[in-house]
Amino acid sequence: MTTLEVKPSNDLSVDLTGKQSRRRKELFVHIVLAAAGAVSLIISILIIWSLLKEAWTFIFNVEWANVWSIGWFPRRGFYDVKTLIVATFITTGIAMAIATPLGLGAAIYLSEYASKRFRAIVKPILEILAGVPSVVIGFFALSWVAPQIVSRIGGSDGGSLMAAGIGVGILTIPLVASISEDSMRADPDSLREASSGLGARKRHTIFSVIIPASISGLVASFIVATSRAIGETMVVFLAGGAADTAIFTSSAYDGSLTMTAAMASLSSGTDSVVGEGLTFQSLFFVGLILFALTLVLNMIATRFVNKVRERY
Amino acid sequence: MNGANNMSDVNNMTDVSDLNGTANSMNGEQEHIFYARDLNIYYGDHHAVADVNLDIYSKEITAFIGPSGCGKTSVLRCYNRMNDLIPIAKVEGTLEYKGLNLYGSQIDPVEVRRRIGMVFQKPNPFPKSIYENVAYGPKVCGMSRNRSELDDIVERSLKRAALWDEVKGRLKSSAFGLSGGQQQRLCIARAIAVDPDVLLMDEPCSSLDPIATTRIEELMDGLKNDYTIIIVTHNMQQAARISDKTAFFTTEENAETGMRTGMLIEFDIAEKIFSNPNDERTENYVTGRFG
Repeated sequence: MTTLEVKPSNDLSVDLTGKQSRRRKELFVHIVLAAAGAVSLIISILIIWSLLKEAWTFIFNVEWANVWSIGWFPRRGFYDVKTLIVATFITTGIAMAIATPLGLGAAIYLSEYASKRFRAIVKPILEILAGVPSVVIGFFALSWVAPQIVSRIGGSDGGSLMAAGIGVGILTIPLVASISEDSMRADPDSLREASSGLGARKRHTIFSVIIPASISGLVASFIVATSRAIGETMVVFLAGGAADTAIFTSSAYDGSLTMTAAMASLSSGTDSVVGEGLTFQSLFFVGLILFALTLVLNMIATRFVNKVRERY
Repeated sequence: MNGANNMSDVNNMTDVSDLNGTANSMNGEQEHIFYARDLNIYYGDHHAVADVNLDIYSKEITAFIGPSGCGKTSVLRCYNRMNDLIPIAKVEGTLEYKGLNLYGSQIDPVEVRRRIGMVFQKPNPFPKSIYENVAYGPKVCGMSRNRSELDDIVERSLKRAALWDEVKGRLKSSAFGLSGGQQQRLCIARAIAVDPDVLLMDEPCSSLDPIATTRIEELMDGLKNDYTIIIVTHNMQQAARISDKTAFFTTEENAETGMRTGMLIEFDIAEKIFSNPNDERTENYVTGRFG
């Protein structure tokens, strides 16, 4: 048996140490980017902490009978959160009942039916619509939707949860349409060809192949829009039909305050909210509930998406 | 033949030799299933394929060969009106399937595609289970009424595509867990599940390794008893091995526009195309001197 002898090379012209300054620059970039990421994390923690701190005071000092009472009259010590939660669910429900079919329909049309040229014109318009300030939509809901639509379906021509919900729905249509369209367009054409090649009609291809394949994006668009609808403040504040107090109601035709509208009206009053018992702290309590609600919603969404997603 | 310009004159001459070829070396009793005359394909302003005259015969394998851009895939996609999916594509001329004008105003392209199935270059299973992939066609075509009927169709199709033994234990798992060759056989199973008359195959082996390719070729040989198969291939050995008849396409540059237009040069039984073709261009291509 022979052993292979390896002779180390003594070639001194090779230098693999690299330039110190370049390695330092690399480290610098690394730190800057890590810091940028850390800032948003720190801000999130600060938000939660400030919410919890004031909400804590509220939770430990409030008369709980007043938290489940006749309505939201914070300056008089009645903090009925179910008034706010029910109003929020009503406006969000109405908004999604409008935004989901219209947004999804628009997305399917743009992605599967519209010509390239039509899409090139309409998609940017849709995105401009998404940028309309919510205060404008709020006025639109109050001055047009309420008298022209709500009053004709049995409501009043002033502000109501129905008017606010329709306003929020209009606001979220472009959001649903845009995200859904992106996710359906991301499906490869080979899927559409495979389906057509089997003698499937367009509607079969869309409902049996394209939509299932892009379900995670569609659910994402629904969740983002729902979160947006729950968190929307200006439209429900302007068109919700209640100024700063509200009696409990479960009718969409009544005026009421959503969680966000209640917070906005409390903190925008002319008299200071501080010092009125637990009025100031109640803001944070409502904020905490709002935060928990959207968190749970997002968690459900993530679970759902993981369960139904068709993997490529 | 009414040749209006030089190019189609040249082509018409080839046609004559084609038709002569048909009379001489092909079995005259065979019935043709497709009949194409003066088939022209345009993509926008681009004249992609000019004046194709071609008969496809029932229950055999016809291969389309030729260099890239010669229009063989474009012609293939005319047979099940797949070109309709490309908005700028336009097809002119006569294309008949069993005597019916495929591009007639009464024809529903969806019905055409139910009878004339297609297998694509890249395996393109749906992001669904193996079972759902095969069951998709029968479902959307309204072929099966109940579950057990559907189960039968799925099993039969997978057996036909020589995939059953490999997947019978995991019909519910994702089609993406299969290898490339298995995926392509799944696509073949999916295509034959709707019981078509014709299978169009667009370079079905171009993304597969040699072993998977051999399996697909064996499969095709078995399928031709029941189906008419048209296959586009870049692989001349493959065409020589499996096809009964072979059509050779090539491109010529238009002197005025500089655009390349594909045309059919020669169509004959495979043996003749690969051993003793009539046209010099065919000979140059099959012997590897060109393309």
